[in-house]
Amino acid sequence: MRELINMVVVLTGISLASGGLLASLRASTQERIDQQVLEFVKGPSVRGVFKDATNDPIATRFQLKDGQIVRTFFVGELEGSPRGVALEAAGKGYKGEVGLVVAVDTQTGKVIGIEVTTHSETPGLGAKAKTDPAFAAQFKGASVSSPAKVTQDGGSINAISGATITSRAVAGGVSNAFTIYERLKPQIEQKLKELRK
Amino acid sequence: MAKTLVQEFTKGLWAEIPPFRLVLGLCPTLAITNTLENAYGMGVAVTFVLAFSNILISALRKIIPSKVRIVAFIVVIATFVIVVELVMQAYTYALFLKLGIFIPLIVVNCIPMGRAEAFASKNSIVRSALDGLGRGLGYTIALSVLATFRQVIATGAITIYETPITLFGPAFEPFRFLVEAPGAFICLGLMLGLMNILGKK
Repeated sequence: MRELINMVVVLTGISLASGGLLASLRASTQERIDQQVLEFVKGPSVRGVFKDATNDPIATRFQLKDGQIVRTFFVGELEGSPRGVALEAAGKGYKGEVGLVVAVDTQTGKVIGIEVTTHSETPGLGAKAKTDPAFAAQFKGASVSSPAKVTQDGGSINAISGATITSRAVAGGVSNAFTIYERLKPQIEQKLKELRK
Repeated sequence: MAKTLVQEFTKGLWAEIPPFRLVLGLCPTLAITNTLENAYGMGVAVTFVLAFSNILISALRKIIPSKVRIVAFIVVIATFVIVVELVMQAYTYALFLKLGIFIPLIVVNCIPMGRAEAFASKNSIVRSALDGLGRGLGYTIALSVLATFRQVIATGAITIYETPITLFGPAFEPFRFLVEAPGAFICLGLMLGLMNILGKK
């Protein structure tokens, strides 16, 4: 009996100490880790959609509350003024979510560029949404006031051959981004105005 | 039999160097020695885990009941592995992405577990610390040598920090095979053979 108690006490003690150490370490590194994830995971796509930006869009960002969700917006400076915002959205693809970064010019209300960030689509077919720049380029200049659609659905985006579902997912994701943008437009413009000062 | 403190440290560098002499911890040895940066990154991570788990296990050796010692060792080792993982994520994220799954897999690597069971649970804190540091350093050196050989011959370049440095002119014909998985086995085999020839008395 004494041995049993001893075992339980020692193991509990070690586990508690370990848990406490890790929890405090996690809390203290959390901010830096988030920063690194932004830099390495989203960074390339955000910089990709803001090719002509004169600032670092990763460094210039703000967060807004959208109902329960907190969304991050990246700001790109075009022609000397912070007028581009990039936001993340997702569409339902063939094998799960297709993550996107969509950049919008707040002055003209048109798309600056889009890029696929994460996906699990079929290599060689749906995966072209990320690897073939010509597909993503079609969204350039699209107006945020009407949803993006592939030609089969009466829109203007040529679907990737053999990957209509993925193409619809991208178009749907871009349209989602449009609705989020339209919904939060007053707050976004407010934030941009603050940045100009 | 009793070793001096210096011997406790140096045995891990040659006589009992982990991947070549003990033939332990081979999974990362084969998988991540495609660039020098990966190799020493992994080596440093293993050294940290080994040294600290050895110290802690040695400090606790009298209070850990022998029936649950393996569980206790795993908790201690896993804790230090997660510490390494968090620190790498926070400060060297690019390297963390390349080493990927092999960092969490240090938990089941035979070297820390083996040293905990065979050495740290029976020896003083100072000896255990030296043992852990020595073996970790030995492991780092071994991985680095293997990675340098593979990377230089396979790509004609060497990665010391982030960007590869090209060593040879454009006439160099890369032997890509060595950075593929079968090349890893062949290089390891050659290393083991070389170590046996050198170690023969």
